[in-house]
Amino acid sequence: MVKLYIPLDMAAVAMGADRLAAAVAQEAAARGETIEIVRNGSRGMLWLEPLIEVETPAGRVGYGPAKVKDVASLFDAGFLTGGAHLLNIGIVDEHPWMKKQNRVTFVRCGVIDPLSVAEYEAHDGFKGLKRAFEIGPVAVVEEVTKSGLRGRGGAGFPTGIKWKTVADCPPGQKYVVVNADEGDSGTFADRMIMEGDPLSLIEGMLICGYAVGASKGYIYLRSEYPIVAKVFQAAIETALEAGWLGKNIKGSGFDFDVELRIGAGAYVCGEETSLLESLEGKRGIVRAKPPLPAHVGLFGKPTVINNVLSMATIPMIMEKGAKHYADLGVGRSRGTMPLQIAGNVKYGGLFETDFGIPLGVVVNEIGGGTRSGRPVRAVQVGGPLGAYVPVSLFDLPIDYEAFAAKDSLIGHGGLVVFDDTVDMAWMARFGMEFCAIESCGKCTPCRLGSTRGVETIDKIRSGMDVDANIELLKDLCHTMKFGSLCALGGFAPYPVESALRHFPEDFRKPALEAAE
Amino acid sequence: MSGAAQYSDERAREIIAAHMGLEGPAMPILHALQKEFGYVPDAAVKEMAEALNISRAEMHGVVTFYHDFHRAPHGRHTLKICRAESCQSMGAERQARAFLDKLKLDWGGTTPDGALSVEAVYCLGLCAHSPSALYDGEPIGRVDAEMLDEIAAEARD
Repeated sequence: MVKLYIPLDMAAVAMGADRLAAAVAQEAAARGETIEIVRNGSRGMLWLEPLIEVETPAGRVGYGPAKVKDVASLFDAGFLTGGAHLLNIGIVDEHPWMKKQNRVTFVRCGVIDPLSVAEYEAHDGFKGLKRAFEIGPVAVVEEVTKSGLRGRGGAGFPTGIKWKTVADCPPGQKYVVVNADEGDSGTFADRMIMEGDPLSLIEGMLICGYAVGASKGYIYLRSEYPIVAKVFQAAIETALEAGWLGKNIKGSGFDFDVELRIGAGAYVCGEETSLLESLEGKRGIVRAKPPLPAHVGLFGKPTVINNVLSMATIPMIMEKGAKHYADLGVGRSRGTMPLQIAGNVKYGGLFETDFGIPLGVVVNEIGGGTRSGRPVRAVQVGGPLGAYVPVSLFDLPIDYEAFAAKDSLIGHGGLVVFDDTVDMAWMARFGMEFCAIESCGKCTPCRLGSTRGVETIDKIRSGMDVDANIELLKDLCHTMKFGSLCALGGFAPYPVESALRHFPEDFRKPALEAAE
Repeated sequence: MSGAAQYSDERAREIIAAHMGLEGPAMPILHALQKEFGYVPDAAVKEMAEALNISRAEMHGVVTFYHDFHRAPHGRHTLKICRAESCQSMGAERQARAFLDKLKLDWGGTTPDGALSVEAVYCLGLCAHSPSALYDGEPIGRVDAEMLDEIAAEARD
């Protein structure tokens, strides 16, 4: 029997993976071939999706992007034994895109059956948790601190310090909350890990719960990811059946339950305090800090809130030790970053690498430049609240501090590439409009500032008092940056200011495009 | 959404009661109500306020805060078109505008025959296949004008 892999990843499904899997099964039956199709996560080479992998003695041979119309010819070409075909990309592990990476968080994603506990364990799964049980909660928190892991959600706050704050709170009800409200344009790493290796996230939550003394974990998932919800719910049930969740996990005396909750289309709920309000069943309005959620979090109890990637990286840190992880990266940016290459780009996908790789290398060499074939003009790094970086800054290394020094941010590691047809004044306007739509309304700089920002940019684009209005816009950005309660209003100026700084000519065009 | 059940207070109360064992049950209840009835009727909001022991104004505030919850019946089919930055880098905004103009709709509108509602969505996580869309929960990558027209035609059938 030949084992085939066809991803269930939402991006692969969006390119026809479900129909492809059905067609392959049907064709195999018609030809009397016995095959087993595993629905795996994506390997991250998204421009090749749907990618069929065939297990052969030499390794897994890939065919992609495969369409239903290619199925007959794949069988004719003997793809079940790795036969030659136009779509054959060779052994997937040997592909240059794979070889250049250092997969740590994503080491199992696309490799294993995401819903098989046995395969997860065969690929070092639950080793981190077992070691946590051996060394005890205090040592676990120390280990995470020593690893240098910083929150991958965007803020880059040291994970170990967060955990220690909660661990140091008096015993009683505590919570572990995972922020899976990945709303930034150009990001899909959380989605991919939850579809491709959900048990790593569950294991990370277990280790966290054990370390800080929590018995309940929530995952707050955005509603825009319907496939994740299905896969992850199934993963929870699988883990429960195998005894990796629930009471007295594997005889450790540790109890832990995980519950998946779905958001309802509010971007601001990616902000940790809004997320807590939403979980509690209220409007997702930010809370002023302090008190920190670590002290007064979900339902008023001490709560660790981590991003999906941070939590999914924990098992590996526990398994291999803090030093192994800390030795990767540059400066104070330790470990690896799963970069998400998106937008107008030839080879879009997920590329995990040590911190320190120059931005231009990621865009031009890994990403292959624009899909349209036109010159790259700007890259928005770090989501809709991230700065637009011009080509002149392409030697900037992926490093929290290096980006901050240029008034930019890495955020969740998403890169959106734009070609030279982009109108940066329009993108700046859109940034403000997005903030206006998504503002929770609690603080004035964000609520009113974003609407006034849209109006001011409209005036600039129509050629009205351009100099005075640009000054006004800068002033408005300053107020939002320093006066807003949370990152939505506080970071919304980044795309606007960077567009003004690096692409000033787009704000002084003759008023031809006012009809946009 | 097609197949939505007719609203009844009794059924709403059943749905609410089924979730009362959860911590912070409001969001799961709202999702369940919308799944059942296709929208969140005012009468259900009243039932929820009573069950959760909060004011109706407060409950109203919750329902209206979230983009996903509808206060009135929606189209039988829903097309969510992404208009976030990644999709814009591949011309999504212009394409969506042309499509909406053809249907004589604005964002959030429903065709007069009640067949299709078109909503804006800000990122579906399909950014390597921009522009993207979600039709009745099915993700679609590299959407073009022809595909949008096909969806509009299919929704009418």
